[in-house]
Amino acid sequence: MSILVYVDHVGGTAKQISWEIMGKARAFADQLGKPLVAVVVGDQTGNLASEAICYGADTVLLAEDREFAQFRAGVYAVALKSAIERAKAEIVLLSNSFSMRDMSALVACEMGIGLAADCQDLQLDAAGNLQAVRPVYSGNILANVTFSAKPQMATVRNRSFPMPERDASRTGETVKLDVALGDSVGREQVVSFEPAQQADVALENAGVVVSGGRGVKGPDGFEPIRKLAKVLGGAVGASRAAVDAGWIPYNTQVGQTGKTVRPDLYIACGISGAIQHLAGIGNSKIIVAINKDKDAPIFSIARYGIVGDLFDVVPALTDVFRQRLQK
Amino acid sequence: MKFIACVKLTPDTEQLAEVRLEKVSTGDLGVTMVLNPWDEYAVEEVLQLAERYDGDTVAITVGNEDFVEALKRAVAMGVGEAVLLSDPAFAGSDAWGTADILAQAIKQQDGYALVLTGKQSVDGNSGVVGAGVACKLGIPYVSNVIKIEDVSGGYAVVRRMLDEGVQTVKVSLPAVVSVSIEINEPRYPNFMGIRKASRMQYPAQGVGDIPGLESGKVGVGAALVKWTDLRKPPKRGSQCEFIQGASAVEQATSLVDKLIADKVI
Repeated sequence: MSILVYVDHVGGTAKQISWEIMGKARAFADQLGKPLVAVVVGDQTGNLASEAICYGADTVLLAEDREFAQFRAGVYAVALKSAIERAKAEIVLLSNSFSMRDMSALVACEMGIGLAADCQDLQLDAAGNLQAVRPVYSGNILANVTFSAKPQMATVRNRSFPMPERDASRTGETVKLDVALGDSVGREQVVSFEPAQQADVALENAGVVVSGGRGVKGPDGFEPIRKLAKVLGGAVGASRAAVDAGWIPYNTQVGQTGKTVRPDLYIACGISGAIQHLAGIGNSKIIVAINKDKDAPIFSIARYGIVGDLFDVVPALTDVFRQRLQK
Repeated sequence: MKFIACVKLTPDTEQLAEVRLEKVSTGDLGVTMVLNPWDEYAVEEVLQLAERYDGDTVAITVGNEDFVEALKRAVAMGVGEAVLLSDPAFAGSDAWGTADILAQAIKQQDGYALVLTGKQSVDGNSGVVGAGVACKLGIPYVSNVIKIEDVSGGYAVVRRMLDEGVQTVKVSLPAVVSVSIEINEPRYPNFMGIRKASRMQYPAQGVGDIPGLESGKVGVGAALVKWTDLRKPPKRGSQCEFIQGASAVEQATSLVDKLIADKVI
């Protein structure tokens, strides 16, 4: 029996969430006295296997195949299933990205494994069973998910756990994982892929997020937002209104229909705070709202508010932060 | 060609915050219940596909008898056939139990090309039942689709969003597709549709009516996961502190002081 972590990555570079989960899984493995196994799937996996060991894995199952060049749920699912069987995993942990959600669901359903999707915390009960904490009713209720059998599988939100220390002195074994893809490859073919414009700082990993909404009034209105985010080393987000208006790409959208973020600091600029937007930011440590309308719902969950024009306030904030942070 | 939409009855989005904890397990939430907003896009898409390919449309749901309301909305929008899967034995099913009920009922439908679902429900939020249906039917699954470009020659070509970008995928039929809100603009039911929906009969099908469905595989007894210890998320701090100042610079200075003191920078 083992704990299995799937290393989610883009072209051989791990997503930060993969190591956040690895850190938590390492603690579980130590607590249960079971080995921690990582599974790496891709066509180019670079040094991911050795990195997985540095971040806590005892063993890495490596499935490298040209068929994994593009994500296909049914094809990747075969690899995950093989890994679960090979590792005799009793706990399986993955990120909650779109691709991981699909793959985990296909595998869990096929293997008869209980799945807790989109969790924000994980713990072991006294008997060593996994308990997953997840928001339901669009963030209005929290529930513990308990499992009636093993294996137990969960997908986890970004920044649910701290990034663990990388330890280059750790040693472990990398084993090639043979995957019999069979007819899964013929059923889904990726015709083309248009990579999303990559931000300097990924929204889901950011410690600071500066977001703009309807109040930015147009694509150019995001310039002051970007400048403030840059000074703070943060990411740029947007409300659905701004995305729907075509002012900024969809992958910046925060909220129920976009990304869930949990930064230390969330600065909402010209965002009224529709319930769908609030659902995506509720786990932020401190929320600052800047809005012309003192009655905007965003102020109801903000720690600090400034009633004013974002085109005055945001550049002023940028200047003051730049002086204080000496950038 | 037949296009099937799997739908659910959920609380109205505006009333999600009013759902009381003790009501969650009762099946009667005491708030306004509507067709899951995400599923409206699935219903709209089956209607558009049927128009494009001269096909038939079906809406299908698993739940108590109140779930007729979700079917009525779909019929009012224009769906031709509605299937209510309802049986006390289904109560407490987890995602895989629900998927099995849907899949076994879908197997009774002839010649379906695509099974559509919304990306997720606004109550459970898991977004995994669609994958479960695909798994139980043994057919491919593509999630988060923003455009169905073509359905012909035994394949569908769809555009789907991933975190990393947009994929165009050619998938063999039949297949299950979950749709995102970018895919269309759901229509409002017209008077004729509402009248048709109110006159239609919605007989419930239970365990005994669906060949292939085993009562031991669904319901609370077969559930692999359950929700416990439901609670409201911790309240967010105190009230909002409005930062005053004679100018934007004064306000900004005061706010930056506070944020640095709070150690979030």
